[in-house]
Amino acid sequence: MTDSGAAERPFVLSVQELSKCYAQVRAVTQVSFRIRRREILGLLGPNGAGKTTIINTILGVLAPSSGTIRIVDLDVERQRARALARTNFAAVYAALPGNLTVRQNLRFFGLIYDVHALTARVDALLGQFALQALADTKCGLLSSGEQTRVALAKALLNDPDLLLLDEPTASLDPSAAQLIRRHIRDLARQRDCGILWTSHNMYEVEEVCDRVLFLSHGRVLLEGDPRRLPHEHAARNLEELFIRFAREPLTLAEDARAEEAHA
Amino acid sequence: MRPRAVAGILLRQAYLIRGSPVRVLPMFAWVAIDIILWGFITRYLNSVSGSGINFVSTLLGAVLLWDLFTRIMQGITTAFLEDVWSRNFLNLFATPLSIAEYVTGLVLTSLAASTLGMIAMLVLAVPFFGLSFFSIGALLVPFLLVLFCFGIALGIFASALVLRLGPASEWLVWPMPALLSPFACVFYPLTVLPPAMRAVAFLIPPAYVFEGMRAVIAGRAFSPTGLAVGALLAVVYLVLAAYCFSCVQRYAVRSGLLARYSAESVA
Repeated sequence: MTDSGAAERPFVLSVQELSKCYAQVRAVTQVSFRIRRREILGLLGPNGAGKTTIINTILGVLAPSSGTIRIVDLDVERQRARALARTNFAAVYAALPGNLTVRQNLRFFGLIYDVHALTARVDALLGQFALQALADTKCGLLSSGEQTRVALAKALLNDPDLLLLDEPTASLDPSAAQLIRRHIRDLARQRDCGILWTSHNMYEVEEVCDRVLFLSHGRVLLEGDPRRLPHEHAARNLEELFIRFAREPLTLAEDARAEEAHA
Repeated sequence: MRPRAVAGILLRQAYLIRGSPVRVLPMFAWVAIDIILWGFITRYLNSVSGSGINFVSTLLGAVLLWDLFTRIMQGITTAFLEDVWSRNFLNLFATPLSIAEYVTGLVLTSLAASTLGMIAMLVLAVPFFGLSFFSIGALLVPFLLVLFCFGIALGIFASALVLRLGPASEWLVWPMPALLSPFACVFYPLTVLPPAMRAVAFLIPPAYVFEGMRAVIAGRAFSPTGLAVGALLAVVYLVLAAYCFSCVQRYAVRSGLLARYSAESVA
């Protein structure tokens, strides 16, 4: 999935030494990573690894304890509104208000994102995600797959430079999930945006992501190409590596460090 | 401030009201019931008291203004609670929307809904019960402004409370106007209160409005200083409420409360 010009493309997201501590818990510790334009980065890890905490800090709804986050060239903490105007997200746990119709939701968020030529933009997205027939249906009445398509349409309203997708295909059937994956891959290429993707479906991650980060207990333990990592760590596939990594994160981290030192 | 973002908040509330008769009905029904109830009470008091006091102007006028104040406060809180009920905070606050834009949208929603409610009250009170509301004259404008200002302040404070304490705390919010009403001296003069309660009443802006309104209607000397103190207090409360909301929002971002805001109870 890599291409020759990838290394020259500018970064859309730079996370530097991000940490988040609650009273008793260190949710994220010294996490750093970057995403280039047209790159899809997979953020992997077991439940409670810190994936959603990282996404929430990037979205400005959770303040980091330390570290910096820059979207394109804008600091999220100091230039929040400008940075978030160039970002959008879809998450399985953030359904759009169920008491508004699909079109009303898109118009409401379109105004908040200050989208110009909003009516045309909403119509285009309704077409893109095959939502025309559901445009005047309340979101609360949609199936989970339809709600996912609406959430993705909302996530593209402002043509973002950075798209955060937290388990975007979690509630989709395999056929719909494949269509969405293809759609999002095309988006990254055509719109020149960077995408941060979380998923527990390792086959999907192998298919979609250019690079992955393995997180455990709030730390990045591994980073690499999802198609090469299993081989490098003597696993049959990414799922096996994930399972091993989720059960024995510290052993794996030590292995990785030893390999780095050896190299 | 971006006007289109504020328009977005207003539009969302307009969609909700337009699409739901259960949201439209309370805007008119409760105020209409209040006016009808108090209209007949004041008409009866006028017929039996023989005191020369026009209860329609004093009591019915006071009910109308107090209802308006309550509508303004609850208009803001209800618009805020719509986002609580639909678990929309994450979607909303992960956008470029600023707190000032969001709160301005809530305030404008409340002012629009309260104005409709006030028109409904006047339509009933003036022709059916002979309320001469405009006999107060130009002083009606500052009276209304103080009530608007304090209603907005209380609505913003109540929203901050719900944001800080969690969705279940909405039950603390609804009785707030009722808790204030004994001190606001809506139906009786300030002098009726015992000294301890009077001291509290001096801190409540509506108390100055209702005291002034009664003086004007009775043809007594009206105290401009009292109204000025009431206005000043209302502005101070408005600034404090905005500051309080801003502090709670910052706390919610720092502590993770905003990102996880759907828990029934929040420590």
